[in-house]
Amino acid sequence: MIRPHDSIIVQTLGRFLIPVVQIFGLYVLFFGQYGPGGGFVGGVILGTSMILSVLIFGHDASRSQMVKKVLHVDGVGMLIYAGVGGLCMIGGGEFLNYANLEIPGLETASRRSLGIMLTQIGVAVDVAVTVVSIVFSLSAEEIIEDSING
Amino acid sequence: MIVSYEIPLLLLVLVTAGGAILVKDLMSSVLLLGSYSFFLSLVWAWLGAVDVAFVEAVVGAGLATVLFLLTLFGTNPKDTRLRRPPPSLATLIIFPLFGVLLLYAASDLPQYGDPNSPASVHISPTYLEQSYQDNHTPNVVTSVLMDYRSLDTMVETVVIFAAGIACALLLRRHT
Repeated sequence: MIRPHDSIIVQTLGRFLIPVVQIFGLYVLFFGQYGPGGGFVGGVILGTSMILSVLIFGHDASRSQMVKKVLHVDGVGMLIYAGVGGLCMIGGGEFLNYANLEIPGLETASRRSLGIMLTQIGVAVDVAVTVVSIVFSLSAEEIIEDSING
Repeated sequence: MIVSYEIPLLLLVLVTAGGAILVKDLMSSVLLLGSYSFFLSLVWAWLGAVDVAFVEAVVGAGLATVLFLLTLFGTNPKDTRLRRPPPSLATLIIFPLFGVLLLYAASDLPQYGDPNSPASVHISPTYLEQSYQDNHTPNVVTSVLMDYRSLDTMVETVVIFAAGIACALLLRRHT
């Protein structure tokens, strides 16, 4: 169980910084095709912003309830990634061959570009949820009680 | 080439890595490990591997430090102070020998940036030349990771997912 931080400086700065971190994470995620970055780093940054909100405002704050809801989409990232692969198979090609995505009005290279973006979103969702889930597992109060009681 | 900042950077990497091993307190060790990751990410950026540097800075210096600290907070305070036994004689003999062997092997490595090295004649030129026509993605690293080697990346994602599930199963017993 993580309690909210006492200091008003930390609270105010956190309230200000968390949206900035989230916007930066989204920028890294969607700019990964044009510069350094990508799904993995963007997902970690998004997950870290949620960890920051839990560390600053505690487990029970209203902001952290939203973070707890994020845990329910565990596995959706994998579903997006494998689903894109499945869509490629439905389109008549190999698994994860984005050229067979059935989207009218797009040439092959643009389909591949779209496929890369979709799978990056999948990776980002998966990584962000996993990071938050691991932090929640590590900070659960039961661990400490278990280690004391043997 | 004028060596200005590479030598201090490598020295900092060595010093923080050694400090993380030698320091007595686990908390200091974790923080030293975080700074080690940060300096290592600077080394990656200097070598031109910007994507790797980004991952190292975000995951190594940021996330891993947070995870280590959370683990330490869940640990009994007397367990975080270390009494290290002195290294055994076999360690003192074998590890320097292993290091010398690695240095000997490193003399056979191709020069850094050599266009005739095996890594840059096999399939990398094809990727570099064809990537933009194939998938309109200027960043070749992303294009290789997400398109040419997409199945590998999917299995990596499965590994991350499995890690999260394993942590939840092992650590969250009562909820």
